[in-house]
Amino acid sequence: MTHQDQPHLLSYRQLAVVLAILLVLTIVTVAVSYVDLGFFNVPLALAIACTKVTFVLLFFMHLKYEGPIINLSFIGTVVFLVIMIGFTFWDVAFR
Amino acid sequence: MTDRIDQDGIKIGMWLFLYSEIILFGGLFVLYAAYFHRYPEFFAAGGLELDRLFGAANTVVLLVSSFTVAASITALRLGKKGQCIGLLLFSLFCGVIFLVNKYFEWGAKFARDIFPNSETLTSGEPGLNIFFGLYYIITGLHGIHVIIGMILLAVSLVWVMTGRISASRFSMLDNSGLYWHLVDLIWIFVFPLFYLVL
Repeated sequence: MTHQDQPHLLSYRQLAVVLAILLVLTIVTVAVSYVDLGFFNVPLALAIACTKVTFVLLFFMHLKYEGPIINLSFIGTVVFLVIMIGFTFWDVAFR
Repeated sequence: MTDRIDQDGIKIGMWLFLYSEIILFGGLFVLYAAYFHRYPEFFAAGGLELDRLFGAANTVVLLVSSFTVAASITALRLGKKGQCIGLLLFSLFCGVIFLVNKYFEWGAKFARDIFPNSETLTSGEPGLNIFFGLYYIITGLHGIHVIIGMILLAVSLVWVMTGRISASRFSMLDNSGLYWHLVDLIWIFVFPLFYLVL
């Protein structure tokens, strides 16, 4: 019984692949920052950051293998964060 | 059955704490977003003052240390205690490198009279003052989190050595790891927002 309770185990290889992806994305985001894309620089940098964060959350923080309680409460936190940042910014930008 | 450990409960408790941390930094990012909208040109000018190679180096250091912390849990659970200890020591070493980098980075700015309430900032443009105010608050708070994470990892390291953390009972190491990944996660957003704005 206790053996089934043990959480999922990621191999070194899987973790190394995730690290490689994260390092590549870091290089990409630095490289892109030298190119002036006008308005699109910030959204692009944030999109890459969100991708990196997703990999960290899913694999390093093993969110991919958690049960519904942690997954749903995490999504709830993200939704709250989006409301907090989104609506505040909306108010500031279009006042 | 009385000695059964509720690993799920421990983990949920840790995540609840992490949510509060996410909202704490989220609040600071709201401030960043609002002032970035108001002073875009000064935020760009302030961003150019920061060395993006320094920032990139620190990003790599944190990503690698996140990997080694995750790997240390794998090592422990595979029964390779020596590897686990080595990986944790390396992670702590990465934390030290990050802080030393930060010290040189902040030091260079202090030398050029860019620090909270400095003459250059208070008598200069308000946009720049706010940019560097946010820079010091957010990277400073993040730095405190790095130090706390290192303390947690150091305690875990000692407990792995003494056998208090073992392959069947590793919640402390797991939670310290989660905290360390959160520190990494926040830095992933701090880095583009401060160092990479054009």
